[in-house]
Amino acid sequence: MSDSASTQTTPLWLIFREFLLIGAVSFGGGIVAYERILLVDKRKWLTPDDFMATLAISQTMPGLNSVNLALLAGDRLRGFFGACVACVGLILPGGLFVLIAGVAYSEGADHPMMNILLAGIAAGATGLLASITYTIGDQHFRHMRSLSMIVATFVLMSVLKLSLVTVLLIMAPIGLFLYRPRKEEISSK
Amino acid sequence: MSALLQLAMTFGMLSVLAVGGGTAVLPEMQTILAQRFNIDHTAFVHIYSLGQLAPGPNMLMVLVFGFQIAGLLGAGVVLLSFFLPSSMLCLAVGRLWNKIGERPWRRAVQSALEPIAIGLMCSGVYAVAKAAIVGPLSIALALVVFGLLLRTRINPVYLILGAGAVGALLMHLTGMQ
Repeated sequence: MSDSASTQTTPLWLIFREFLLIGAVSFGGGIVAYERILLVDKRKWLTPDDFMATLAISQTMPGLNSVNLALLAGDRLRGFFGACVACVGLILPGGLFVLIAGVAYSEGADHPMMNILLAGIAAGATGLLASITYTIGDQHFRHMRSLSMIVATFVLMSVLKLSLVTVLLIMAPIGLFLYRPRKEEISSK
Repeated sequence: MSALLQLAMTFGMLSVLAVGGGTAVLPEMQTILAQRFNIDHTAFVHIYSLGQLAPGPNMLMVLVFGFQIAGLLGAGVVLLSFFLPSSMLCLAVGRLWNKIGERPWRRAVQSALEPIAIGLMCSGVYAVAKAAIVGPLSIALALVVFGLLLRTRINPVYLILGAGAVGALLMHLTGMQ
């Protein structure tokens, strides 16, 4: 990692403003794509390779991928405070949005018109969640190893109704065993 | 006070268990909110769905649960407990990673967690669908949105709002759900 003068002096307000912008315009998801445009193309804060490495860590660690990515990018630019302003910028607009929507919901949840509107919105959101799951799972549904992991996880969670901690304690060791680094793969790289 | 503490514990735990993104904890969140905080599955799905209309990360609707349970203070507690633990963990590991570089077992951890996360997302779809699908009309709306999202590049926000408007109109006219 290069500590060139330009990365040392990236102002905190600029990091905040850029992530605030993403947080405000990213209606409908796809935030990681917005972040890639910002970090790699627009400001060149990360090289494409650095971006992929950072994204990989964001996906490996728990938490929302887009938030983790903002944290790690902010950290690389300006350390702890860079991470803070990037994260706050990203979640501030949407946070205010949901709070306002939530207050309106609390006030009007009993109104019949509100209820039938929400029934349609909930059906639409179900379609969205299903399509995201289908798209992300696409490759995994076609391989026996990952498909059996998916099915086992679903059965433990939704059919046997075990707690999430229990499901992870059962599935994570199995997954790590199935996907353990193999000697031949490492040496062939 | 105990409600705030319970909120912090609940969402702090969900934070570090959110493998592969926040969607993986949806079924657990729905169960816990119903059992400990009296938020029924319909309210859960309504708030989740409203959250999908917001810009930014897709799990920000957790603030609304905090707000419903303990007001603005509750929203603040949920914000901190849902985002701080995983963020601190990610920052710490991210820094470690810059020092030691890529290791084969990082890829192994990611590969192992991916199918688990997808399985949990399937459970999330099931949990949300069980509360949101109440009749032939809601099945049709969900399927149309699903199909359009896979085949076109229409922004999901328009499709969800459209499903709300079309659904409300048809429910009003036909009495179907």
